Amino acid sequence: MSADLSIPAPILNDSATVPRFGAGMKLRFDQVRAAWIVLGPERAFVPDEHAVEVLKLMDGIRSVAAIAAALAEKFDAPAAVIEADLWPMLHDLAARGAVRL
Amino acid sequence: MNAPFPMPAGVVPAFPPPMGLIAELTHRCPLQCPYCSNPLALDPVRDELPPEIWLRVIDEAAAMGVLQIHFTGGEPMARRDLPGLVHRAAKGGIYTNIITSGVTLDDRAMEALRQAGIDHIQLSFQDIDPKENDRIGGYEGAFVKKRAAAARIRGAGLPLTLNFVIHRHNAGRVAAMLAFAEEQQAERVEIAHVQYYGWGLKNRAALMPTRAQLEESTDVVEAARERLRGRMVIDYVVPDYHAARPKSCMGGWAQRFINISPAGRALPCHAAESLPGFDFPNVRATSLAEVWESEPFRRYRGTAWMPEPCQSCDRREADWGGCRCQAFAILGDAGLTDPACELSPQHYLMAEAAEESAAPAPAFVYRRMNSHA
Repeated sequence: MSADLSIPAPILNDSATVPRFGAGMKLRFDQVRAAWIVLGPERAFVPDEHAVEVLKLMDGIRSVAAIAAALAEKFDAPAAVIEADLWPMLHDLAARGAVRL
Repeated sequence: MNAPFPMPAGVVPAFPPPMGLIAELTHRCPLQCPYCSNPLALDPVRDELPPEIWLRVIDEAAAMGVLQIHFTGGEPMARRDLPGLVHRAAKGGIYTNIITSGVTLDDRAMEALRQAGIDHIQLSFQDIDPKENDRIGGYEGAFVKKRAAAARIRGAGLPLTLNFVIHRHNAGRVAAMLAFAEEQQAERVEIAHVQYYGWGLKNRAALMPTRAQLEESTDVVEAARERLRGRMVIDYVVPDYHAARPKSCMGGWAQRFINISPAGRALPCHAAESLPGFDFPNVRATSLAEVWESEPFRRYRGTAWMPEPCQSCDRREADWGGCRCQAFAILGDAGLTDPACELSPQHYLMAEAAEESAAPAPAFVYRRMNSHA
């Protein structure tokens, strides 16, 4: 299944898209494991540190461009470079049901 | 994420905490599916755990790091204290899931669960053909009630998972099941071939699909996954009788889950009660932390217990030797390689059983209290 992710999804990468959590998906900090965890319908996974930064910024208002801008400021990198990295991650999270684009 | 707990010196290293708690609240159920995953000897209502013990277990689970709780049965809606248990788990930060037939999910029950903080409901269907659905579940009018339950779950703003169990009588309708799930705007659908334990094993000859049926259902699922990517997640479970390698049963014995039976027995999986020679702890007298480190939970955990061909196999940490209950059910020894693996010297027994699908299907033995004798 992960090999499929290189195939372009039939969604245009529009910077104005507001990514949202998929229905029933949650990001939670687990004290016992000292880790952020994505929880959803009969699935749970530990997102990598980049995905955690993105998921924390997803508030149902911020667009992909706005998330890229916020990360650009935080990590002192060009927003365009960050946005280019953002899309494959968002498509990966969407394929897992964690994010809706 | 596998930071060990502090432990006294000289003790077997503590194991990472469980991810999930499977709470089998009751074996009572209005349906009588012949592939029910419950054991043949069902727990009577008088033996069911009282709510105060379930509440204590839920609190212990939250403290241990359990991330998800699956309220199941039987039919978990048969327990009136279900909303209170959901509320307690949600308050503890545990993701709450109910696995239900939906036939008693009326407006009042839905509202009580919504207020309790339920995160997700998995709704089972026995078939997409209404008459067949009702025949397989042994419940007249079930399909209509289930469809109404799906609408209620949607109406409450909850994510919806539909579950279809597949066997020789409905394997040809997988495409229609997926179309229905799409129509219901389900986020997730499970197309799960029968697993042959308990009632499923008893009805194996009546349920086993042919290899051609299995391959057709696999093709249909793969095409739908491609088409629905990013919109609907499809989980697909195959019957391992037709497989070359065993399934990673429960993600390995006592590695990710604790299952509590209605009477309070703590098990590494719902079928483990069928294994002789175990003294499984009961949560009436044992804490969940003690359960996790108890002898029955440690017995087949990890890889040290494995015989050949598992011990030297490069997949030993991928499938964890397969299923202990299947090794016992087919070979009479839970400590052997799962015969679903083609490297097992007894694999031919599984292949022979798969051939049962060539013969006409015998009648179902419906799942009822005391109908297995």
